Amino acid sequence: MRVNFTVNGRPQEADDVWEGESLLYVLRERMGLPGSKNACEQGECGSCTVRLDGLPVCACLVAAGQVEGRDVVTVEGLADFAEQRAERGGCGADGSEGSAPADGTAGSATCGTSLQRAQRWQAGGTDSRTGEGGDLSPIQQAFIDAGAVQCGFCTPGLLVTADEMLERNPSPSDADIREALSGNLCRCTGYEKILDAVRLAAARQSEAV
Amino acid sequence: MATTGTPTDITQGSRTRGGIGESTLRPDGILKVTGEFAYSSDMWHEDMLWGHTLRSTVAHAEIRSIDTAEALATPGVYAVLTYDDLPAEVKRYGLEFQDTPVLAHGKVRHHGEPVAIVAADHPETARRAAAKIRIDYADLPVVTDEASATAEGAPLVHEHRDDHHAEHVPHPNIVHRQPIVRGDAAGAAARADVVVSGEYVFGMQDQAFLGPESGLAVPGEDGGVDLYVATQWLHSDLRQIAPVLGLPEDKVRMTLSGVGGAFGGREDLSMQIHACLLALRTGKPVKIVYNRFESFFGHVHRHPAKLWYEHGATREGKLTHMKCRIVLDGGAYASASPAVVGNASSLSVGPYAVEDVDIEALALYTNNPPCGAMRGFGAVQACFAYEAQMDKLAAGLDMDPVEFRRLNAMEQGTLLPTGQRVDSPAPVAELLRRVKARPMPPERQWLAAGEAADVRALPGGLSNTTHGEGVVRGVGYAVGLKNVGFSEGFDDYSTARVRMEVINGEPVATVHTAMAEVGQGGVTVHAQIARTELGVAQVTIQPADTRVGSAGSTSASRQTYVTGGAIKNTCEHVREKVLEIGRARFGTYHPAWATAELLLESGKVVTDGGEVLADLVDVLEGESVDLELEWRHRPTQAFDLRTGQGNGHVQYSFAAHRAVVEVDTELGLVKVVELAVAQDVGKALNPLSVLGQIQGGTTQGLGVAVMEEIIVDPKTAKVRNPSFTDYLIPTILDTPTIPVDVLELADEHAPYGLRGIGEAPTLSSTPAVLAAIRNATGLELNRTPVRPEHLTGT
Ligand code: FES
Ligand code: FES
Repeated sequence: MRVNFTVNGRPQEADDVWEGESLLYVLRERMGLPGSKNACEQGECGSCTVRLDGLPVCACLVAAGQVEGRDVVTVEGLADFAEQRAERGGCGADGSEGSAPADGTAGSATCGTSLQRAQRWQAGGTDSRTGEGGDLSPIQQAFIDAGAVQCGFCTPGLLVTADEMLERNPSPSDADIREALSGNLCRCTGYEKILDAVRLAAARQSEAV
Repeated sequence: MATTGTPTDITQGSRTRGGIGESTLRPDGILKVTGEFAYSSDMWHEDMLWGHTLRSTVAHAEIRSIDTAEALATPGVYAVLTYDDLPAEVKRYGLEFQDTPVLAHGKVRHHGEPVAIVAADHPETARRAAAKIRIDYADLPVVTDEASATAEGAPLVHEHRDDHHAEHVPHPNIVHRQPIVRGDAAGAAARADVVVSGEYVFGMQDQAFLGPESGLAVPGEDGGVDLYVATQWLHSDLRQIAPVLGLPEDKVRMTLSGVGGAFGGREDLSMQIHACLLALRTGKPVKIVYNRFESFFGHVHRHPAKLWYEHGATREGKLTHMKCRIVLDGGAYASASPAVVGNASSLSVGPYAVEDVDIEALALYTNNPPCGAMRGFGAVQACFAYEAQMDKLAAGLDMDPVEFRRLNAMEQGTLLPTGQRVDSPAPVAELLRRVKARPMPPERQWLAAGEAADVRALPGGLSNTTHGEGVVRGVGYAVGLKNVGFSEGFDDYSTARVRMEVINGEPVATVHTAMAEVGQGGVTVHAQIARTELGVAQVTIQPADTRVGSAGSTSASRQTYVTGGAIKNTCEHVREKVLEIGRARFGTYHPAWATAELLLESGKVVTDGGEVLADLVDVLEGESVDLELEWRHRPTQAFDLRTGQGNGHVQYSFAAHRAVVEVDTELGLVKVVELAVAQDVGKALNPLSVLGQIQGGTTQGLGVAVMEEIIVDPKTAKVRNPSFTDYLIPTILDTPTIPVDVLELADEHAPYGLRGIGEAPTLSSTPAVLAAIRNATGLELNRTPVRPEHLTGT
């Protein structure tokens, strides 16, 4: 069968798709977008998380045919997506979730993690590259800076999940972050640096507002 | 070549700055966060085929016949291969013994053993064709534990053993056995005021790395093959692959592609030979990617173990003696079992001074899944048992468990049971002191907000099983001892190639090794070392491949030490050459070229007094220096097969944990509230990576304490839970905060004084959590993982 859908803002057409193929397979093997990872292919690890019409889903559990006419964002499109969202004023790039903060105070009063705490990792000594790589989204940059990437296989899924959470909840508490990321397994990091990264991205975002 | 993002792109042109001791960021970080990093399962080639493995559905059976006709006739199928199609004389491989058939021959010895392989134009076609292969199995009785494996008339897992331990073991179903006798344990026992003993069980843990076993084999025009694969040791793979393909080693060209974690699970071959065989047979590139189900069969696991321990102590709290027997289940093939036995026996006393010991460790051949390397390698199982024993002794003496450990803590100079003297700092008591001194996490955190209980902070979490009634807190301590590097006389060397030249008006160093970057961050510290030694900002780390000499395995916490040491050593020689060139060019202009100690710093040649003699750009103009050198650490010795004596280890690494848990005693649910660590790393070359390694290792230890276990049916030896639905690894909700306290006591024998880091935190994490659960519940708990039924007595 043929499937037409939008990936990272670009219309795509996949031909000869076998009816059992997952969205993950089509992205990785037919579209040349291997960024979404294939760690379990059974909906347990979150490594394949993409946004389908704005909502995070496990691409391995979505049949390719289900995405006909719909809109997919993968880790490869995350930086663009975040930039467009920023241009629109904050939240809900697709207009479906959240709303732009009217008074520019998002992320101040209810912030569960203080800026100071979020940036504490810097006391451990960072290097000079913070700020380089300007074409990354804030969450991508924060993962690098906080040391949240080891083997990196969980990273694309975590980034998509975390970015969506920060869109809904710009100042999450630690418990909120843990709850939001609980569907994404990481075997390398022990999650501590991943928490640091999300706190850091949230803090930088609230600073920028 | 038309592969997407060939590994050539992975680490080139690192633009990170910073020498050793700085938290330089990963050179592959940007690629990894943008999805561009090419993992082994991302390899792609025009016109490629997909390989699939057919695996045994039974644990032990004679293969009466295999019929592949229907599979081969399936449209889209290019090849179906069985044992009979293997091209060379050599048809088996293995890390220590060559006992593993590439494809089963005559019989299968464990559930999931590869029997046939298929190549087709779509992965689903390959899977469906494999399902059409008909195999006639005649079931054989299984051996699954020590009693069944060594019973009279027990079926032999390997009827014809020809390995070097065959003569030394008391039964052919024992892979290897290492006794260690030192002093007079029986005599010393008489001096004990308190004697405690226990039987402990350690479940089968899985590495559960996220990136599946995968790779791409591309047939070469010269009859050879190029293999892009995720592994821990390219040259060890090569040594095992080439003979089975009937090719000389230089016709099997291996390149490391992105590795999604390893933890020991990639030391053994998985799909490597199968992909090469299919590529050579079909003349087309073949990609194999295991799904998660297959991954559980595609790699070895951590040895499950039964351990019997007896310790004695005087009323004053001094250990008198230790006796133990450790039985490891190695499963159907040897893998790394002999070395695991060596570790389990020689580290069985842990970081304590005990002079009179009587130790025996052995690994069995059974029809269970093969077991081999996993982070902590034999030391983990022993640590679980001896730490439980320490708590029992402390309780028997009515002493504080940390104080009791401190009284017996190993120090620099203490002898191991093998007679080897620990000749570097051994801050066991200090590490314990540090975790103990740390402030406790607040009680009843779920009420911290002062409102309704936040169930997310309670055992059971979002399943809302309790609001705090029946929840009790416990605290537990543990400390562990792990060796670093390969032991027992193994020639544990590494090779580094370093080139220095001027590119675009800048001095640049290029480092080429065969080290497998599996996520640990080796590529980051290697560049830091080159920057430090050569005084350049720009370092390029070339992709790891077999065009450079072996780097040894990314295992045993050894790569920063050994390949880092090799890079340091090669850089020192490169520096000498650069200075020679400088002397020849500029020596006549300044006497310091001949008289002063010269360094390379910030792109310049400077004297140790800080005087600048020349720019590296001018020294190197038109020339380059290029060296490839091997480097070795101090040699080690094999353990005596009867007494276990010998200087078997290179270096040691120590970590201590304090676990705080909360247990819902009604439902048997555990919430680990905090897992504090203190570890001595000798010298933190990259502090940020050090934290990541310690926290990651701690979490794997937490996993095996409360959830991780591969369940094998004791009657059929079949695996019951090969999926992430049923084999649970900790999520971010299961993992507490992990505060880390890093000590840097230099080991004068190691490069920069560093110590291997990656494994030690996996050892003590598990017994600390168990001790905390015992402390909370008052239960004895002698097995890991602890499951709810163990806590509720149901
Ligand atoms: S690969 Fe989709 S959830 Fe694991
Ligand atoms: S799984 Fe390796 S970094 Fe998360």
